[in-house]
Amino acid sequence: MAAELFFQTIAELGALLDSRKLSSAELTRAVIARTKAVDGRVHAFNSFDEAGALASAAASDARRAAGQARGPLDGIPVGLKDVIAAAGQPLTASSKILANYVSPYDATVTARLKGAGAVVWGRLNCDEFAMGSSTENSAFGPASNPWDLARVPGGSSGGSAAAVAGGELIAALGSDTGGSIRQPAALCGVVGLKPTYGLVSRYGLVAFASSLDQIGPLARTVEDAALVLGAIAGHDPLDSTSFQADIPDYHAGLKQKKGPWRIGIPKEYFGTGLDPAVGAAVEAAIAFYRSQGCEIKEVSLPHTQYCLDTYYIIATAEASSNLARFDGIRYGHRASGAKDVVDLYFQSRAEGFGPEVKRRIILGTYVLSSGYYDAYYLRAQKVRTLIRQDFLSAYREVDALLTPTSPTPAFKLGEKFDPLALYLCDIYTIGVNLAGLPALSLPCGFTPAGLPIGLQLIGQPFRESELLAMAHTYEQAHDWHRRHPAL
Amino acid sequence: MNYEAVIGLEVHVQVRTNSKIFTRVAAGYGHAENTLTDPVILALPGALPVMNKAALDAIIKAGLLLGCEIAPVCKWDRKHYFYPDSPKNYQISQYDQPMCRGGAVEIELPGPARNVMGEHKKIPLTRIHLEEDVGKLNHGAAESLVDYNRAGTPLMEIVSEPAMHTAEEAFAFLTSLRATMVYGGISDCDMEKGQLRCDANISVRPTGQTTLGTKVELKNLNSISFVRDGIAHEIKRQIALLERGGTVEQETRDYDGQTGLSQSLRSKEMAHDYRYFPDPDLMPVKVDEAWKARLRAECPELPFEKQRRFAASHQLPYTLTSVLVWDKALADYFEEAASLAGPGRAQAVGNWIVNDLLRELGGAKLEVGQAKVRPAHVAALVQLVEAGTVLANAAKEIFIEMFATGETPEAIAGRRGLNAAPADAGELELWCRDAIAANAKALAEFKAGKDSAINAFKGPVMKAAKGKADPKLVDSTLRRLLAAS
Repeated sequence: MAAELFFQTIAELGALLDSRKLSSAELTRAVIARTKAVDGRVHAFNSFDEAGALASAAASDARRAAGQARGPLDGIPVGLKDVIAAAGQPLTASSKILANYVSPYDATVTARLKGAGAVVWGRLNCDEFAMGSSTENSAFGPASNPWDLARVPGGSSGGSAAAVAGGELIAALGSDTGGSIRQPAALCGVVGLKPTYGLVSRYGLVAFASSLDQIGPLARTVEDAALVLGAIAGHDPLDSTSFQADIPDYHAGLKQKKGPWRIGIPKEYFGTGLDPAVGAAVEAAIAFYRSQGCEIKEVSLPHTQYCLDTYYIIATAEASSNLARFDGIRYGHRASGAKDVVDLYFQSRAEGFGPEVKRRIILGTYVLSSGYYDAYYLRAQKVRTLIRQDFLSAYREVDALLTPTSPTPAFKLGEKFDPLALYLCDIYTIGVNLAGLPALSLPCGFTPAGLPIGLQLIGQPFRESELLAMAHTYEQAHDWHRRHPAL
Repeated sequence: MNYEAVIGLEVHVQVRTNSKIFTRVAAGYGHAENTLTDPVILALPGALPVMNKAALDAIIKAGLLLGCEIAPVCKWDRKHYFYPDSPKNYQISQYDQPMCRGGAVEIELPGPARNVMGEHKKIPLTRIHLEEDVGKLNHGAAESLVDYNRAGTPLMEIVSEPAMHTAEEAFAFLTSLRATMVYGGISDCDMEKGQLRCDANISVRPTGQTTLGTKVELKNLNSISFVRDGIAHEIKRQIALLERGGTVEQETRDYDGQTGLSQSLRSKEMAHDYRYFPDPDLMPVKVDEAWKARLRAECPELPFEKQRRFAASHQLPYTLTSVLVWDKALADYFEEAASLAGPGRAQAVGNWIVNDLLRELGGAKLEVGQAKVRPAHVAALVQLVEAGTVLANAAKEIFIEMFATGETPEAIAGRRGLNAAPADAGELELWCRDAIAANAKALAEFKAGKDSAINAFKGPVMKAAKGKADPKLVDSTLRRLLAAS
C-alpha cells in the first residue's frame, strides 16, 4: 500500500502532480490537516499561514494547468525554520524578544523556494536563536520527537526534523551552525544536509555565528534533499560570503556519480560515549560500503579533541555581536518603564532572551574583551585552521568521511539539564562547521527501542554531488526511510 | 614659564557615493526621516552587509593623494557599543589594518602680510580608515527620536600625528585637507551637512619638555573657525590650570562655538571596551597594483602643487596664485583662459579672474561653473585691451556685461560703442606738452632718473582725452617730449 500522501517524497508527489492525479491544493490540504491533527503533540510549528499556503497551492495548480510548472518543487509544501525570513510572516527565532516581529522581506532561500513554485508554509520551532541541541530552548515550548513524544527531536532545527518525520511537511529548511540540521535529522530519522559554507546564501537567516551558519534541507530522502538543495544553492550578491560558482544538477548527479569511493573512518569519532546501538548501525553501514567495493580506511583527525572548545569560543563570540541588535529600540520586545536608554537595553534584553542565549552572549562578550581576545578568540581561530587542515589532509587519502551523526539516539525531554552535557551532543558534527565542509545525515537503522539512528557522511568543499550520490547509494539498498512514526 | 601645545586631529570625512557603504540604498542629505533605509540599515534580523566598491576606491584615492601607504587587503572589523544611533550596536570599521598608513597634509601658515606667502609644513598622518556613519538622535522633552538616513554613509577617519602646536596650524591643516578631498572628488566636505567633522586631542607641556602632557579630547568642532577658536581656548584653559598649580585631567570636552566655552563630557574611567573582532560577514578584499594604478591615474594635481606650477610657468604673483588654486574649477578656468589668451598674458588673465570674475560671482552668488562669461571671453578681452582696441575703463564695463549676458567682448564693444577711438595725434601731443609744463617737480624727478615720475603726467592727459587715449601712445609721446625737454 502506498504511504499516506503526507509521507510521500517530493519525487513521488511530483509524479502525481504532473500526471494530474493530485493537485497541489489537495496535497497542501492533506498536509495542513495532518499538522492540525498531530502538531498539538509534536509542536513542530511555531505558526503557520493556512490561507497563504492554500493561495500558493492554487497558484501552483494554475501554473501546472497552463503547462508552466516550474520544476520538481512546484506545488510541494515546504516549511522554514523560524530563523529564516519570509515576507509578511513572523520571524521569532523561537525567542520572546522577537515574539511579535514580522519580517518585511524574504530571505534569499525563501525567494528561491517561492521562485521554484514551492508552497512555503509554516514557521518551524527551534532552539532560541538556534542555540541548542534539543529544541528545549524554544521560548514557545519544546518540540517532541515523533518517534517517541517523550523524547526530544534534537536541535536546533528540531521542529524542521520533527515536521518532516511526522508528515507535517514534505521537506523543510533548517540551519546548521554546529550540527543543527544533521543531529535532529538523525534523531528523527530523516535526511539532513549541511552544505559547504558559502554554497547557500545566509541573507535573511537570523545570524547566530556568521562564520559557521549554513542553511540546508531536511527531507525524507537523499533525492529530495538534492532537489531542495538545487533550488536554494548558488551565489547571492546580497551575501558577501556566498561562493561564486556554477551549481551542478544535484539530482542528475545522484545517478551520474558512481563509486566506489575511498571512505575514511576517523578514529576519534568512535570513542567513549558512543551508544552501542548507534555504533553497531554505523559499523553495518561501513560493511555495506565495503561490500560495494569501497575502500575503507581508518584516518585520524588529531585536533578533534579541541573542536568543542574552539566552537564555543568562536560561535559565542560571533553570537554576542550578532545578537547586539536585539535591543528594543527599532523592533522586537521593549521593556516598559525603563528609566533611561541603558536601563531600556538591560530590561528588554533581560526579559527577551532565555537563559541559554544569555549564557552564550556572556561567554562571547568575555572572550572578545580587551585583554582576553588573543588568549581566546585569536587562538581559537588558529586552532580552527588546524582542524580544517586535519580534514583536508584526510582528503588526500579518501573521498569522504563516515561517522555517526550523534553519539546517542534521542534522549528524553528534560533529561539533560547540564549545558555541557547538551554541548556533547554535537561532538561529531561541530568539526564540519569549523572546517566549512558539507556533511549529510541519513537514517541507518533503529535502536532496539525503535529510535532512529543517523549516519554522517562528510564530503569535500563544494562536492555536494559526490556526497549526495554516496548517500543515495546507501539509501537505495535500505528501507529505513520508508518507516514512519505512528502518531 | 613658557608652554608648548601639542595637537593631533581626528577628522571624519563623509565619502560622496551614490549608495551607502554596505547596502544599495541611496546615501544623501536632507531627505525625510528614515527614508534612506532598508533591512541592512535598520539591522533587521537576517540582513547582511555587502561592500560598496566606490567607497573603497575613495579612501584609496585619498591615501594616494596624501602620500599614504595603501594596505594590500581591505579588512573589516566590528566595533561594539550600545547606542540607539548605531542600529546593529556595532559599527563596521577598520581596527588593526587601516586602509592607509602614514602620508602627510601640506599646510601653509599665515604669512607676514596677506600678500606674502607663509611658511609651508607637512603634518604627518598616522592612519586613515573607512567605516560606516551612524544615525542621528533628535532629543525632545519627553522622548528621543532617531533618524537612520545618515547611518551607513561611508565615512573616513583621518588621524594626524600629534604634530601641530598652534590653533593656526590646525586651521591650516583642515583647510588643506578639505581642499584635497574636494579636489579629489572624494567628499564635498560641507561642515554644515556634517560631511567633515573634527575632534582634537590637545595637551600642553613646558617648552623644552619632550614627554607629552595629559591630553584632552575636544569634540563637536563644527566649523573650521570653531576648530581654531576651540583649540586656542583649550590651550589657554590648560595653561591657566597648570599655572595655578592644577593638573589636566584626561577627559573628553564638548566645545560650544557660540559661547566659546567647553565642558566635560566624560572622563577616562568611562572609556569603552569596543571588543573589536574581524567581521565574519565581510570577506577581506585584495587591492592589487592595477587597482591602485587605475586610481592613481584619476588623482588630480593638488592646490599647493598647482600654485608652485602657476608661479613657475606663468610667473604669477602669490596674490593671484593664492586665490586661483583653492577652487579647482577656478584654477581650471584660469588655465583655459590663459592658454587661449596666448603667451605672456597669464597675469592679465589672472587679474581679470581674481578681481572682476570673483567680484561678480560673489555678487550673483554663483559658482565659477555657472558663469556665463567663459574663459574664451576673458582671453579675448585681454587681447582687445592689449591691442588698444578697448581701453581699460571700457573693458571693465564690457566684463560686467559679459558676465551678465555671456556675449563676446567684441559684440558688446561694438553694440555699445566702447571701442577706443584714439585721440588725434596732434591733439594728444598738445595735451602732453601742457601736462609736462604744468608739473615741473615731476619733470625734474624724471630728469634725475626716476622713471615712474612719468605717471604723474599721464593722469592729466587721460583726463583731457576723457579716457579715450591709447595708453601706449600716451606713454611713447610723453617719453619723446620728455627726452627733448
